[in-house]
Amino acid sequence: MAVLTLPAPARATAVTDVGHVWWRETLTILRDPFSLIFSLLQPLVFLGLFGPLLSGLAGDGSLFGGSSLQWFLPGVVVMITMFGTSMTGSTLQFEIMTGAFERILATPLSRSALMIGRALKELTPLVVQAAIITLVAIPFGFVLYPLHVLVGLLILGIFGVGVGALSYALAIAARKTEWIFWAVQQSLLFPLLILSGMMLPLETGPGWMQVVSKFNPLTYIVDAERILFAGSFGDVKILWGLVAALVTAAVGLWVGIRSIRRAGL
Amino acid sequence: MIHTESLARTFKVGKETIEAVRGIDLDVAEGELVAFLGPNGAGKSTTLRMLTSLLPPTSGSASVAGIDVVAKPAEVRRRIGYIGQKDGAGHNYRVWDELLMQGRFYGMSKAAAAESGEELLRTLDLEALRMRKVSSLSGGQKRRLDIALGLIHAPGLLFLDEPSTGMDPQNRANLWEHIMRIREQRGTTIVLTTHYLDEADAMAERVVIIDQGTIIADDTAETLKAKQAGDRLTVVVRPADAAAARTLLGTEGSELAERPDDDGTALSVRVDAASHAMPGVLARLRDAGIDVVAAAARRPTLDDVFLNLTGRSLREGES
Repeated sequence: MAVLTLPAPARATAVTDVGHVWWRETLTILRDPFSLIFSLLQPLVFLGLFGPLLSGLAGDGSLFGGSSLQWFLPGVVVMITMFGTSMTGSTLQFEIMTGAFERILATPLSRSALMIGRALKELTPLVVQAAIITLVAIPFGFVLYPLHVLVGLLILGIFGVGVGALSYALAIAARKTEWIFWAVQQSLLFPLLILSGMMLPLETGPGWMQVVSKFNPLTYIVDAERILFAGSFGDVKILWGLVAALVTAAVGLWVGIRSIRRAGL
Repeated sequence: MIHTESLARTFKVGKETIEAVRGIDLDVAEGELVAFLGPNGAGKSTTLRMLTSLLPPTSGSASVAGIDVVAKPAEVRRRIGYIGQKDGAGHNYRVWDELLMQGRFYGMSKAAAAESGEELLRTLDLEALRMRKVSSLSGGQKRRLDIALGLIHAPGLLFLDEPSTGMDPQNRANLWEHIMRIREQRGTTIVLTTHYLDEADAMAERVVIIDQGTIIADDTAETLKAKQAGDRLTVVVRPADAAAARTLLGTEGSELAERPDDDGTALSVRVDAASHAMPGVLARLRDAGIDVVAAAARRPTLDDVFLNLTGRSLREGES
């Protein structure tokens, strides 16, 4: 039987899809800016309370190869990236429950755009957060290398998309039992952070920790960020950081798209 | 507009395989208003989710708006509107933001989305709620917003999954008024699922009855009722007259049924155009010396049709 084919409106590209998803998510911040203020305070608290302890620990600073602030600040930036993007799935979980997720799935938006757009929304306040803590740190001896920091944020962005997509997949997997999302997110987040040398240098830790950290993609990100924030481009570790970010993004998106397809909700 | 062949879907729950939809063949033409009617768990929503490309079929094929749902799901989604069972609008968003973004998701320009959005706000009585947060809307308002979201890109084909479940009768009537007006304006083809008998009866031009994953009847509500159930004429007589009345009614119609009644025995028989046949039947009963205590002519409902087809009542499963 001949079936009439309906004409369809002209469609945008995958990039504009990402833009639309990102903008919809960002609207929640714009319509309720107070939520942003609290998220801005958090990294300052970390920097203000943790930084001095590290300075005391380091004594002459030899442990960190220079200023402890220069060493610790990139770690805080990585940390807030991890906090933000690993929660990508939490708002999704709410939307799965209420039904908005299904409505959006029924639109022609590309599946990867759904995840990238959401992860980018979590990364948006990060840029503001990073700018603020950097500015605050400058009077205390932090030296800013704008171009290097920009490259660092780019690598973090790619990595964040991967973490966001994994968080997205986790939310779909845990759509029937909300607490599982938080249980998994929390029990992965902190070991990953600690075993990347983000908070304290792993060089002083036991050997097994150093071995495990080699299998943690976050380690390579943290290393790359430290080198970049210190104002250097000439280290192969930056390349390894970029590779770790790209691999995380690719794996995250692959897992995420599969979980959307298989969910059937 | 829609063409399916042996469309089927199974789910695995533990080691058990559940056949949710077992081979559906369906054709829907442009401009039709079709209701999938059936009890909860009959496979209505699963069928709808396959047609909207949200769920891949296990076997069989379906083309929707001329596009194969398995080969090009995104192309199908561009051409249809889908309104699910739950709230489509995000609770943390504002009404207008959600409408605009929905238009953008379908690739509309900002201006086109705004124009369509304005029109839908007017048509659906949502203008005053434009800047409200979705979570603050009432159930009926949320449902109207869902309709607006499903129609923002003016799809030629609209799917509605249980559009009025949980609404009070007044809100249901109101919702249907809106849907019908939009259909009149745009000539939209509409496919909906419902387990409300009266809704399918009153609104749909074509009723597809689905039970245990298959289509068991497919026609206009009128034809289904006439063919599958038919009008029934019921008379109540005193026990002493029951035997004579039974004999007489047996010649008047078919499917004679009997049940005890407070006043004696209630006898019912299937006849065509029962309200017109009643005076004559009553006169013949009186001529035979039978005293009729009470009489009623009843048009069949779709529940009678379902009962006739499956031996079960649809109302039993209704919550």
